[in-house]
Amino acid sequence: MILAVILAIGLILADHRDPRLGALRSTLAVLVYPLQLLADFPIRYARQTQDRMADEDQLRNQNAELRRDNLILSARSQQLVALEAENMRLRDLLGSSFKLGERVLIAEILAVDLADYRQQVLINKGTNSGVFVGQPVLDANAVMGQVIHTNAFSSTVLLITDADHALPVQVNRNGLRGIAAGSGAGRELDLLHIPKNADIRVGDLLVTSGLGGRFPPGYPVGLVSAVGQVADNPFTTVKAQPSARLDRSREVLLVWTLGPQQRQDTLSRSDAAFGTPPGTGKSAARQGTRHE
Amino acid sequence: MSEAVRRGTWAVWSSLLIALFLTILPMPAWMDDFRPPWVVLTLIFWSLALPERVGVFSAFAAGLTLDVTTGALLGHHALGFSVVAYLAVELHQRVRTFPLWQQTLFVWLLLLVERLLYLWVLGAAGQPTPSLIYWVPTFLGAALWPWVFVVLRDLARRAGAL
Repeated sequence: MILAVILAIGLILADHRDPRLGALRSTLAVLVYPLQLLADFPIRYARQTQDRMADEDQLRNQNAELRRDNLILSARSQQLVALEAENMRLRDLLGSSFKLGERVLIAEILAVDLADYRQQVLINKGTNSGVFVGQPVLDANAVMGQVIHTNAFSSTVLLITDADHALPVQVNRNGLRGIAAGSGAGRELDLLHIPKNADIRVGDLLVTSGLGGRFPPGYPVGLVSAVGQVADNPFTTVKAQPSARLDRSREVLLVWTLGPQQRQDTLSRSDAAFGTPPGTGKSAARQGTRHE
Repeated sequence: MSEAVRRGTWAVWSSLLIALFLTILPMPAWMDDFRPPWVVLTLIFWSLALPERVGVFSAFAAGLTLDVTTGALLGHHALGFSVVAYLAVELHQRVRTFPLWQQTLFVWLLLLVERLLYLWVLGAAGQPTPSLIYWVPTFLGAALWPWVFVVLRDLARRAGAL
């Protein structure tokens, strides 16, 4: 008993302080992966059945809706190409090396219940798909968290609301920088060390600042939900509500940040894939020049 | 003898696997805080029924598996499980003669010990202290004990382990 207790406490300490136990964990995790898949099965099956039962009307409506969304989004992205090219060119002029490009991979959250009182989710992509520890994870709206454990087939994602997670952010309105830490209890973020006289209001959008080097800059994180002065706190107490749908998303995006060269490659490849005539981006850039 | 041991082992591990499965099975969010501690209950049963075969180290292994499955710190569940299994094995001769309601009280105490150790590690790792709902699963586990006891005893008899 003594031996087991000492061993357990030793493991806890080692795992808490030092990530080198990852190999042991990922080996064991591969062994329990079938069990996790099995637990996910009822939900997956229910979802598939639901899809199959959908009648023609529903599908037609959904299709129309998606088509409309697609039209709006592609209209917006037309502009985006031009703006992005202009932005890159201006940054070139300034001599700053700024990386805009990212590669993403869609992963699915497994409906598995993880440890009590921690905010983690399990996703179905692992090192076989190139996932690495520390990789940012997004959903359709905003930043969700980052990968903390990986094995060959699955990875564990620590959500931004966990008490162990902190994320460098800035206020989109005025560029005020801060750290958004998870509160652990509930779905809230605390902004740490905001001075009393800082210009921050309820409703401000927080975006990643990219200063930690882990998250790409410019992704939305959440909205400021409460700003207040508490007597015993030398700083302003600021609470934020994450924009990501942390408890409802089914699909998440894994992000790789690319250098400028790799970015050119993926851009030309995606142009080919979407059937856009090559040179669209360039002519847009030229147009941008004329506007100047 | 070796035949009985083999069959008994099969029953022990399959019941532990089922308990593990029930622990990670997704449930509606409002029921999440009230999930009974299936694995601990199963472990307590086997350490009372077969103390010479299921004890501290089986508990440690089960706890470690649960840690990996749920993404907790390695050893987080294993610590509490080992202590609970030790207490159960130490006291099995006395507890076996108890009437069922006294056994239930004993099981409730063991569940409390497990939760307390879990809370201690949670606090030591810098997590915020959970609300009082944290203790509800011990009551649920104790309330479920008579049923778990009957079902597992049946399984053990069929497997020829008892």
